[in-house]
Amino acid sequence: MTNVLALIETSSTGVIANTAPALIAAAAKLGTPVAVVATQPGAGDSLVEQLGMLGAQQVYIAESTQVGSLLVGPQLGALISATQALEPSAVVVANSIESRAAAGMFAARTRSGLLADVVDVKTDDGGAIIGVHSVFGGAYTVEATVSSAIAVITLRQGALDERAVEATPSVTTVSLDVESRTSAKIERVHAAGPDSGRPGLRGAVTVVSGGRGLGSKENFVLVEQLADALGGAVGASRAAVDAGYIEQGSQVGQTGITVSPQLYVALGISGAIQHRAGMQTAKTIVAINKDEDAPIFDVADFGIVGDVFTVVPQLIAAIGTRSN
Amino acid sequence: MKIIVLIKQVPDTEEERKLDTSTGLLDREAGDRIADEITERALEVALRHKDGNKGSEVVVLTMGPLPAKEALRKALSMGADSAVHVVDERLEGADMALTAAVLAAAAKRTGFDLIIAGNESTDGRGGVVPAMVAEHLGLPLLPSLNSVEITEVSVRGEAALDIGSLTVSAELPALMSVTEWAAEARFPNFKGIISAKRKHVETLSLADIDLDSAATTTTPVLTTSQRPARTAGKKIVDDGTAAQELAEFLADRNLL
Repeated sequence: MTNVLALIETSSTGVIANTAPALIAAAAKLGTPVAVVATQPGAGDSLVEQLGMLGAQQVYIAESTQVGSLLVGPQLGALISATQALEPSAVVVANSIESRAAAGMFAARTRSGLLADVVDVKTDDGGAIIGVHSVFGGAYTVEATVSSAIAVITLRQGALDERAVEATPSVTTVSLDVESRTSAKIERVHAAGPDSGRPGLRGAVTVVSGGRGLGSKENFVLVEQLADALGGAVGASRAAVDAGYIEQGSQVGQTGITVSPQLYVALGISGAIQHRAGMQTAKTIVAINKDEDAPIFDVADFGIVGDVFTVVPQLIAAIGTRSN
Repeated sequence: MKIIVLIKQVPDTEEERKLDTSTGLLDREAGDRIADEITERALEVALRHKDGNKGSEVVVLTMGPLPAKEALRKALSMGADSAVHVVDERLEGADMALTAAVLAAAAKRTGFDLIIAGNESTDGRGGVVPAMVAEHLGLPLLPSLNSVEITEVSVRGEAALDIGSLTVSAELPALMSVTEWAAEARFPNFKGIISAKRKHVETLSLADIDLDSAATTTTPVLTTSQRPARTAGKKIVDDGTAAQELAEFLADRNLL
């Protein structure tokens, strides 16, 4: 089996990001999974056991004092160093902002084909690597392959549920020389804002979104209350964002965030194409809207024609009763 | 300062978008094509710098078939000074790697101090082309900036990464991509629309740009299939018991 690199993301405090399990699982589907991580000197050893539990057969630690002060460069350097040492057939990274930047630069540097935002990976009978894409809000499935020696793959967060078998990894530690001229400098890491205790939209298992039907910013709290009752993330339609009920970063849709949760609840959302394209790959869709002709009902597994201000409080109460 | 803004024409997100399942290519007849909103926001970032710094120049650059010129015209009417359009039959079906190599070669030919792109297009959503262009040109990349500060010698901004928010900076020349938070795009006014007609659109073919000989499409599409449309499930009119029924539905599916 050929080596397949999985680029592991760590937080500024050195904690392994929650994208790691799916990345290692994807790498294991294509070959021998090697976890590649850029760390400060000496900081990698504590990650090895955890990466082994996630299925990494080898951990490649690239150490540099520039980790945390240069953006993307250390991760790119780690991938290039591991590629020279291990001749992988593929490199798998999270489709996150920093990792996909490293993947794009790596692919351009090595003249490799890049399959972006895939939801699954596999090989054909001849061993060729195939990426499965979900396009235009899940309306199409596109399978593509790579004709270059290395396939570079960015994996959509939350898309792959599989997990690799636990392993006891071998460890390689190298010292990394990062090109500082071509890397942006990290001037400051901002303290996280007040923690709402809610999961982020991307990759959330449950999403509750509100639309123009909520009527006001004050009323939008109803969406948050149901999200909290379900342990979910809060989203919104573009109309709700444009009306100022909630900030732009919560927008679900083709020009906002695309979500693919187990459960999506749409409150007071009509369901324009723009919005549906951002949520219709959810496993189960629930819609509550007083307009019985709202297009959102065409994609809902359970639709209620009714007043959100009546139905939602009753639903929250019913959920509370059940969890007691 | 000379700023290049990367513009992309995409299918209108307000309409149904289609792929041709036999070729895997976009069905261009299926709906309207517009300048991607995120690239208009990237242009707005450049135009704001130009507004406050006379003598700055903003060039919009796109690669795409002939009708993509409409997106450049819109950008010119918003206030860009000139446009570059790379159009060549051999680029039909170009993947991200080839697209990035072409854009980088065209940018090099045009010259720049700063390149601004949208963080990800609404059609491909890959979000990797800006990084690939930066790598081809040996530039530092400032990805997905929510806010932008441009000086004569440097760029700085806040990048909201998935694992926390950072202030990042780089000396020019550099390449930045921006998110929808960075700027709200302006509308073209009458004067802008009239003056756009007189602005120069340079049309380049592959023969005109110094393309890396290794640049080629490396990600052939194998199959394209349409997923069956979702069908409507149960729909009830609330008579006071709907919430209870919904709670039971969710419990049955282990969603509570």
